[in-house]
Amino acid sequence: MASIATATISRLTLCRHKGIVSAMVKLKVNGVEREADAPNSRLLLDFLRYDLGLTGSKEGCGVGVCGACTVLVDGELFASCITLAAAVQGSEITTIEGVATDGELHPVQRAFIDHGGFQCGICTPGQVVAAKALLDMNPQPTEPEIRDWMMGNLCRCTGYYGIINSVAAAARSILPPASDP
Amino acid sequence: MIDFEFHSPPSLEAVLELLERHGDDARLIAGGTALVLQMKQRFAQPGHVVGLRQLSGTGGLGAMNEVAGALRIGSLCTLKQLEDEALVRERIPMLAETVSRVATRRIRSMATIGGALVNGDPNQDPPPTLIALGATVELTSGSGQRACPVEDLFIDYYETDVRPGEVLTSLTVPVPAANARGAYLKFLPRTADDYATVSVAAVLHLGDGSVCEDARIVLGAAGTTPVRAHAAEDLLIGQEPTDEAIRAAAATVPDAVDPLDDFRGSADYKREMAGVFTRRALAQALASVPEQGAEQA
Repeated sequence: MASIATATISRLTLCRHKGIVSAMVKLKVNGVEREADAPNSRLLLDFLRYDLGLTGSKEGCGVGVCGACTVLVDGELFASCITLAAAVQGSEITTIEGVATDGELHPVQRAFIDHGGFQCGICTPGQVVAAKALLDMNPQPTEPEIRDWMMGNLCRCTGYYGIINSVAAAARSILPPASDP
Repeated sequence: MIDFEFHSPPSLEAVLELLERHGDDARLIAGGTALVLQMKQRFAQPGHVVGLRQLSGTGGLGAMNEVAGALRIGSLCTLKQLEDEALVRERIPMLAETVSRVATRRIRSMATIGGALVNGDPNQDPPPTLIALGATVELTSGSGQRACPVEDLFIDYYETDVRPGEVLTSLTVPVPAANARGAYLKFLPRTADDYATVSVAAVLHLGDGSVCEDARIVLGAAGTTPVRAHAAEDLLIGQEPTDEAIRAAAATVPDAVDPLDDFRGSADYKREMAGVFTRRALAQALASVPEQGAEQA
């Protein structure tokens, strides 16, 4: 992996030296204002990984289908591999690195560990961000709702039951305490 | 991806100026789900890319409201908004249902309805339903605005009637009458997030004694543009849509379509499935509740 990342960085650096049109991209990433000079053609995924060093988001298919690059842009699910960084200038971005707070795992992360929601882990950052977005909007989804929502995040290891069970368990774990009638 | 100038104009007027100045060398980008892929593959190599995200506020191109019996939907509304907004779900449930079948939630929260139309991709889900519902778009240029029925927007494969200097600014979809019944069916033999092998949108208006007063049947992924099945419509209009009448109408559809061979099936297979799915769509439309929100019935 390291050699691929290094090769990509040198390719991108080379582009910059050839007089490529670049601009300062400013984003609020996981609550922190970040900025870097980047070519206009820089994808949000590459900007996060190579300009900001946030390598949690992964590139899988590169065409928006597999979900490994899923991040939130102004709270909405986005495929960062088909998003131009320049096109979301000024937006608030949440990546996998911003899901845990104060060293405390998000209930979705805890549940993926407890319920076998991952094996090799390459799709997991996207799975967790997508599941977090679902629970933010719909804290108690039904199983069909979980399946429908998570359909856009492919996994080649788990067979999906572990993922669905993890999201369902995360939803149960954030249930408000039952009040006495 | 080749390099380009990126612009973030502060107003629609500024967008129109950029289009005037750069002509064919400029492309608009909204959700980017189509254009970025085309640029990655070098099918599109614009020298200027004009970002629209900053114009998507609810007061502008992201507005959605009901005016004079129709929903007016700003072109920068995302497919996710059309899927979720109570206004669409209650007034035109068939549109919300159709949009919910596009790709995945992630793509729907990026892609805009304007982008889905101007891309001119014949495999898209919204166009058949919008044509069946009699929707029109508003195209704005420096010299004014014109309305274009969605039916007339598609000229050929990835080619639309959006002229140089024009921006698709809004979509107007009539709220169906109380006697309208509609359905959108998408044949997906591979995966749930795929393009259709064929898709069918059908809207029927039923009069007294259940006679079909009007019918619109439109197929997606069945040619280089969405295809309207006029012969099938003509067989239904003035008739009671019995099972027999539906079968007879659907039987004309294979001759009306001209699908492409691809990995989703041969042209012959798609032609046959176009007939099968038209029959099913008509049956489902007739079994459905009135298309319009009941409170106006």
